[in-house]
Amino acid sequence: MSKREEIKKVVIIGSGPIVIGQAAEFDYAGTQACRALREEGVEVILINSNPATIMTDKDIADKVYIEPLTIDTIKKVIRKERPDSILPTLGGQNALNLAVELEESGFLREHHVEMIGTNADTIRMAEDRELFKEAMERIHQPCAESAIAESVEESCAIAKKIGYPVVVRPAYTLGGSGGGIAYSEEQLIAIATTGLHRSRVNQVLIERCISGWKEIEYEVMRDHNGNCITVCNMENFDPVGVHTGDSIVVAPCQTLADKETQMLRSAALDIITELKVEGGCNVQFALNPDSFEYCVIEVNPRVSRSSALASKATGYPIAKVASKIALGYTLDEIPNAITQKTFACFEPTLDYCVVKIPKWPFDKFVHAKRSLGTQMKATGEVMAISTSFEGALMKAIRSLEQATYDLFDDELDGLSDFDVAERIHAVDDRRIFAVAEAIRRGFDRNKIHHVTKIDRWFLDKLASIISMEKRLADEPLTEELLRAAKNFEFPDRTIAKITGKTEEAVRALEDEWNIHPVYKMVDTCAAEFDAATPYYYSCYGTENESVPESGRKKILVIGSGPIRIGQGIEFDFCSVHSVWALRDEGCETIIVNNNPETVSTDFDIADKLYFEPLTPEDVRHIVELEHPDGAVVQFGGQTAIKLAGAIEKMGVPILGTSFDSIDEAEDRERFDAILNELGIPRAAGRMVFTCDEAIRAANELGYPVLVRPSYVLGGQGMNIAYNDDDIRDQIGIINMVAQEHPILVDKYLMGTEVEVDAVCDGIDSVIPGIMKHIERAGVHSGDSISVYPAVGVDPKMQEMVVDYTRKLAKALRVKGLLNIQFIIKDEQVYVIEANPRSSRTIPYITKVTGIPIVPLAVGTFFGKTLPEMGFPYGLQPEQDLIAIKMPVFSFEKLYGADVNLGPEMKSTGEVLGIAKTYDEALIKAFSGAGMHLLTDGNAIITVKDSDKAEVLPIAKGLQEIGWQIFATAGTAEYLRRNGVPATLLYKIGDGKPDILDKILSGEIDLVINTPSKMVQNHRDGFLIRRNTVEAGIPCLTSLDTANAFLNCVRHVSETNLSVFDITTVSTSVDFV
Amino acid sequence: MKALLMLENGMTFEGEGFGDEHDVLCEVVFNSAMCGYTELLTDPSYAGQGVVMTYPLMGNYGICYEDAESVKPWLSAFLVHSVSTLASNFRCDIDLQSYLKNNHIAGMQGLDTRALTRCLRESGTMRGMIAYGDHPDTAAMKEQISGFALRSHVEEVSGHGDSVYGDGPVKIALCDYGVKQNIIRCLVKRGCTVRRFPCSATFEEMMEWKPDGFMLSNGPGDPKDCGPQIAELKKIYAHGVPTFAICLGHQLMALAHGADTYKLKYGHRGINHPVKDLSTGRVYITSQNHGYVVDAKTVDPKVADVSFVSMNDQSVEGLTYRNGKVFSVQFHPEASGGPLDTGFLFDQFLRVIGGGQL
Repeated sequence: MSKREEIKKVVIIGSGPIVIGQAAEFDYAGTQACRALREEGVEVILINSNPATIMTDKDIADKVYIEPLTIDTIKKVIRKERPDSILPTLGGQNALNLAVELEESGFLREHHVEMIGTNADTIRMAEDRELFKEAMERIHQPCAESAIAESVEESCAIAKKIGYPVVVRPAYTLGGSGGGIAYSEEQLIAIATTGLHRSRVNQVLIERCISGWKEIEYEVMRDHNGNCITVCNMENFDPVGVHTGDSIVVAPCQTLADKETQMLRSAALDIITELKVEGGCNVQFALNPDSFEYCVIEVNPRVSRSSALASKATGYPIAKVASKIALGYTLDEIPNAITQKTFACFEPTLDYCVVKIPKWPFDKFVHAKRSLGTQMKATGEVMAISTSFEGALMKAIRSLEQATYDLFDDELDGLSDFDVAERIHAVDDRRIFAVAEAIRRGFDRNKIHHVTKIDRWFLDKLASIISMEKRLADEPLTEELLRAAKNFEFPDRTIAKITGKTEEAVRALEDEWNIHPVYKMVDTCAAEFDAATPYYYSCYGTENESVPESGRKKILVIGSGPIRIGQGIEFDFCSVHSVWALRDEGCETIIVNNNPETVSTDFDIADKLYFEPLTPEDVRHIVELEHPDGAVVQFGGQTAIKLAGAIEKMGVPILGTSFDSIDEAEDRERFDAILNELGIPRAAGRMVFTCDEAIRAANELGYPVLVRPSYVLGGQGMNIAYNDDDIRDQIGIINMVAQEHPILVDKYLMGTEVEVDAVCDGIDSVIPGIMKHIERAGVHSGDSISVYPAVGVDPKMQEMVVDYTRKLAKALRVKGLLNIQFIIKDEQVYVIEANPRSSRTIPYITKVTGIPIVPLAVGTFFGKTLPEMGFPYGLQPEQDLIAIKMPVFSFEKLYGADVNLGPEMKSTGEVLGIAKTYDEALIKAFSGAGMHLLTDGNAIITVKDSDKAEVLPIAKGLQEIGWQIFATAGTAEYLRRNGVPATLLYKIGDGKPDILDKILSGEIDLVINTPSKMVQNHRDGFLIRRNTVEAGIPCLTSLDTANAFLNCVRHVSETNLSVFDITTVSTSVDFV
Repeated sequence: MKALLMLENGMTFEGEGFGDEHDVLCEVVFNSAMCGYTELLTDPSYAGQGVVMTYPLMGNYGICYEDAESVKPWLSAFLVHSVSTLASNFRCDIDLQSYLKNNHIAGMQGLDTRALTRCLRESGTMRGMIAYGDHPDTAAMKEQISGFALRSHVEEVSGHGDSVYGDGPVKIALCDYGVKQNIIRCLVKRGCTVRRFPCSATFEEMMEWKPDGFMLSNGPGDPKDCGPQIAELKKIYAHGVPTFAICLGHQLMALAHGADTYKLKYGHRGINHPVKDLSTGRVYITSQNHGYVVDAKTVDPKVADVSFVSMNDQSVEGLTYRNGKVFSVQFHPEASGGPLDTGFLFDQFLRVIGGGQL
């Protein structure tokens, strides 16, 4: 059977904002799927609340609704668009849950919408623990002994029967949210309580603990004809016990003989056959390392983080093939896009080793617990390819951009043997370094294996790396030794460090002995067929397969690396659009990136893809092969900007804004000089290197001050200091990572913050729009609610913002993008900072203004002026809509991380609310971010003294609508005195029930808490906020946000939410 | 020791020796399986060949003797990117290096196996020589390669004497051209008594045992080198005893019925080969290891129908004979190594023996 011609209009639900456990992989899958469907002539209707995605581009889908992912929205879109089908498997767990809910309510049937691909019965069978267990029993697939509990008491009874330790897994949550391993009844009660609360269906699974077993994953595909294949198998370096999203993963499996491999492969295929999956599916197994005993951990009948990894690891486009299967094609009818000779009905075979390492946010959340378990904590990941595990691991480590280039961890270096022995017990993000240190010190390998349960093979590979370190330290650097070290992907930097030579000297030896990497193709078939895919990785072999083309102008595009807080999917959006724009300019495009979750690393985006670490050395090797005519760094976030200087030194011109101008904007003194010259005010500040200097500067400027390192993204390490102690804490945190650049201390101004993205052609600028932040200055722009257009900002101030932007663009000689943040205070506009590069607001502003910002920027690289391209200089006319960007956080997953907002960015993602009126847009934004806009609820308000006056109208407002207010003594008394009845709650420990008991009681719908001072983890405020987010209750730490929330609940009942197709936004001009 | 591989087109590849480091001439082929090297090493069909593994990391789980497909490794040389310094598996009996050394098999590592594979893909399977030492005499190597003639290894790998496996009710005569143990295991598991006959056994000798069916095994080399065996197969067919043939057996049965075989440019060797069942349209992933293939154009439709084809190159992967008793496949339903997806063919064989239709 072939394509079902009756499928003409398909709804795809995206995965919403980026949160821990649900990241860019769904943009990659969704984008690939949309393109696959449209190439079949199918009309695609896309719903996703996340404006930073590529899938929500008007070029990717026919109709795009950037709307809250709620049942209500989807129903409205379906009623409006009248699709014939819905494809639910591309938007992660969120989309799957929504689709099943729509199906169960009968809505889909009523509106003649068919669920294509994997259907609701299959989804239920895979997702519902009981149905799944029954299905596995039917086909004799073992699951770990387990039972479902719907209460804490039931959980304890089951655990008693199975025996501790047990794993607690809440049903229907993402990233295993709310789960954990309990070793005692006490622990179980705690974990089961949150788990039950998190679960959409109030269920948790209590399961036999098989931690320490090998964790093996299979990515499998099946079509409606019953053809099944496995795309890839993967083995976790970290045994069962660590969430697979937090594990180092290697593909293919390394330590399984054919017998184990085929046993699990057959099991995976039997499972998808029984579940009748039509499309892609992920099956996770635990395998007893000492026998053939295994059990099925979980099955995800959809694309996933693992499927993205498997796609990039093998070259097999899972989402594309799954979409074609949903249209009725069978695997043997779908061509293999890579070989173009074979079909999708085959199993990729690798001739290299792939290592993925998660990217954790612990550098941003220094107080968060770093331990890893069943709750995923990573925000992103890197992947590396080499012909050895050692090489792939070394490449992956330096791809993380954690100032770590090898298996050394300086911090461990100073520890005693006793401490190192302790450290290998800690299952956290640094375990691999602790294990390496233990091996380096000659600890017994069996003991390490016994403690960590990491397979001896992996330990042996770490030992190979360590012995290479030792050889470099002990032996003269001969040609043979250098070649061996490079074979293991030791960067020059590390070789230089160990041998005591300079990097230049090491490089000179490499040139002398002709030790240079070659590039091999990722072709799905281990060279069995002549493939034409332009997807390459480096290794130290004898034959180079990447033949540089000549003819077209060749441009290197530097990607943005792993998704992290402060540098998210927005930069992939910009990178991909720059590639497309460069192609339209007639250029050959070469992209370098290392993030397997992204669209930019799909094999058919750029003319060539190098899947490589983003370090100067790795980029130089590519430059030496390709000799590009130019490089683009302004779209890849700080990752790319950091490489600008190195790339320029390699003789490759930086397109657009020069490295010197970038430096001018980043370098405090140079930037101040420009501002002085232009007469643009900014908050007074100083540049310091030491703590003493910082304290002196702060006292000169007067507290409060902003303290931050220069050259950072997302305000990393930035905080407001109110006194000398704060400075000491702050500088200490900043200096945990060695600083090459000075630290900035600025006078903190409290005013309204506005933000501008501009495109500049070297003559003047086009400003697509001005955004106003709802939170006052002091909250990082990425964590602020951002409103376009700048509603309520005095037009005179807006003019000044435009004027300053145009002047600065000119003075900085910006060609391309420029992002500037301003503070408006007392009728005065101050510049906070200017970044001559793409910002995280570019995708959002592009979509809501209809102005092709990235293509315009690329046009300026080639000498086109903005008016030539159709856009007059200056501020562009406002669209007749309000678009509000709302940050989304993942606090509940990061135990120990403080929730309060400040100058350091903490959000992981964002949603957009778009409407004709401000209120409606705001309501959409809040509900897109997952907030329940209740008209009567229970709020706890506890704020610092200086905020009490300001919180009063908010409390009053809530109370007038029908909310009940709870407060601790100080706030309660203040509110009561001012006419707002507030129920008194005890402070923590002052009596029962205290404020924490109330929060955990399940009766509270909102907590408003403003922190009184910075580093204060053990204080009540911290505990209140942590317990609030862990109980799944919204916690607002800025009164501006609280005001906005009040505004929403006030109007929610009278507002009828519309749905808005963003592709209808157009500019008055045609882009040429 | 240093090692040098030279191919008949003059290309050379440098590496390091391991295993039993002795100079060796062989036919160089590549296999794209990512695991299952134990099964591969002990598969008699590789006799006389130097096998290049496209997956770079070999020996990770050592050698588990119980996974062996015959008593010893048969290939001439094992050519890999790297051999693991540690073998990790709960069943591991010995590491790969020692196993090859003990069994006098030459090994070479440190090769750019992808470059070598691409060379074999472009120029086709070639003869080659591996020489050990710092300064191999390349001129002499060249001469030796050109003087090296590929020959049949069937006699050598076929079991001598006969042995009986299992004690089930169904009696299967196994024509051993270099059988993989798992073919026998697959039959025994299904209730068969399998008696293995050497490749020199005549139809009459085998019939004395009164078998219910014949199993024709896999084996090495060019099927056309097996004239005497082909003659016996004609008699089996004429007698109408249910017969199932795999790989070389499949080719020999085809040759016995007027079809022709030809050599593939670089063969099918790996465990990811899709084949389509033409009767159902279903596609299965199979384990394959063959350099020769039955020419579809020469299959007489009055004698046999093509039942399976390769999804990669449309070559013949299976035949069903018109007498309704004989069927054969080019791929390996016994797997080992590789996917177990087509094990149902053994059930089909037993159904035919039981009087069922093909």
